[in-house]
Amino acid sequence: MADEFDAGIAREWVRVIAVRVSEQATYLGELDGAIGDGDHGGNLDRGFAAAVGKLDRTTDSAREVLTATGGALISAVGGASGPLYGTYFRKLARALPEHGGASAAELGAALQVGVDGVRALGGAAEGDKTMVDALVPAAAAFAETATDGLPAAAVAAAEAARRGADATVPLRARKGRASYLGERSEGHLDPGAASSALVLAALAEVVGG
Amino acid sequence: MKKLIDGPDAVVADALRGMAAAHPGLRVDVERRIVTRTDAPRQGKVGLVSGGGSGHEPLHIGLVGLGMLDAACPGEVFTSPVPDQIQAATAAVDGGQGVLHVVKNYTGDVLNFQMAAELAGDDGVDVATVLVNDDVAVEDSTHTAGRRGTGATLFVEKIAGALAEDGAALKEVTAAGKEVVERSRSFGVALTPCTVPAAGRPGFELGDDEIELGVGIHGEPGRERGPMRGAAEIVDVAMSAINDDMPLQGDLLVMVNGMGGTPLSELYVVFADVERWLSGRARITRSLVGNYVTSLDMTGCSITVCLLTPQLTQLWDEPVNTPGLRWGC
Repeated sequence: MADEFDAGIAREWVRVIAVRVSEQATYLGELDGAIGDGDHGGNLDRGFAAAVGKLDRTTDSAREVLTATGGALISAVGGASGPLYGTYFRKLARALPEHGGASAAELGAALQVGVDGVRALGGAAEGDKTMVDALVPAAAAFAETATDGLPAAAVAAAEAARRGADATVPLRARKGRASYLGERSEGHLDPGAASSALVLAALAEVVGG
Repeated sequence: MKKLIDGPDAVVADALRGMAAAHPGLRVDVERRIVTRTDAPRQGKVGLVSGGGSGHEPLHIGLVGLGMLDAACPGEVFTSPVPDQIQAATAAVDGGQGVLHVVKNYTGDVLNFQMAAELAGDDGVDVATVLVNDDVAVEDSTHTAGRRGTGATLFVEKIAGALAEDGAALKEVTAAGKEVVERSRSFGVALTPCTVPAAGRPGFELGDDEIELGVGIHGEPGRERGPMRGAAEIVDVAMSAINDDMPLQGDLLVMVNGMGGTPLSELYVVFADVERWLSGRARITRSLVGNYVTSLDMTGCSITVCLLTPQLTQLWDEPVNTPGLRWGC
């Protein structure tokens, strides 16, 4: 159980995301294959593997750890998900304290800044069937439960992200490549929302909720 | 999957090594995945940079050379390049007059080029962008990511490239690129799907008697799936869609483009049908028939039409010397 989101936890978060994304790469690729071009799992797997390789093992600043992660994702992934996930981590990182770790409340605020960055870059709103549909409710749930401590807030955020992702199934895509399908995109889980749920689940796993 | 490869994950790098060996007139950086003209940067000349997912060759890496691109950045197969790669290509071709990015309208390409333009701007390079969105199969509305960039990308690269070669300023080169986009439309049809090497199986399924009308260059679906029919009927669907969106008149540049797996003879059958369809409406004064904006091994074709002006015709005719397009020199 952790009370503070420090550099060690930030590093562990990135490592666990990489493991879970690698395990789920085929599944994410299949989700993408149904309404996109099928490379989401492979691209994120390559990106988070690169992010683990770029982990700053010496700093005691969670902000520096996640800034490097964002940069690694932007440099290694390509596609839309590289800039979007890279921006998520970089903006989130920039909202953390300059030195040391962050309290639950501070991390909650940073998660919100991260998703705001994703929305600004990609132009997606909630309900467009994108990663935003998982990241927005996750940030809100985290902020609401932050007073219960980091583990409880992370679990609430992970659950909200999962519910948000599941809720993309009936939606019609309005952004990204799936939007070309129109009504044919309905009935499928959005791969970006699914991978975002994995990212938040990894946080809950790491902080020991 | 049967493919002439030495490993599905090495296709992009292996193909670049082959390009380097086959075309000594190009500088190929296999590690950073950047193809540039050997004479870049040319002082006083606007640089042209494009890029996108691999699998569409000769677009873009085969269109680097005199009168066309100064650099191309290939991504993974069907995945856009990354910002630092595009930034490095931009810096490599900046001759002090700025650099034009030619970007196909796909979310990934748009975001990565946007980030690269910001990075290049921080480096002090003047960057402008032409966004190509010529595919009439997609409705341009707030409910989609907008029209896709397809065959007109080649027209933009050729015409803007000629103007840049003539010494025009970034503003003029950009304006010419945008004019080409405004005056060009495309429509694609797939007869069979394509297989991404790393995936190992077709990206979508089509029945023996089915075709995808309005297909995108990665095999994304278009308007509808329908029964197989003769070339003239397929051409009628494509040309009607284009003509409904942009009435065809005057002098036209027409490209009948193969998706990668289509015999050239069939592309000529299609071209004959296009000419017949246009008779009495407009005149084809410039043409291109062949595999230029491909989708790996997909069979099918796309038709791209540009409403020419005397200036656009002149720029189209200017010399070009690239692996994929060559005339006048």
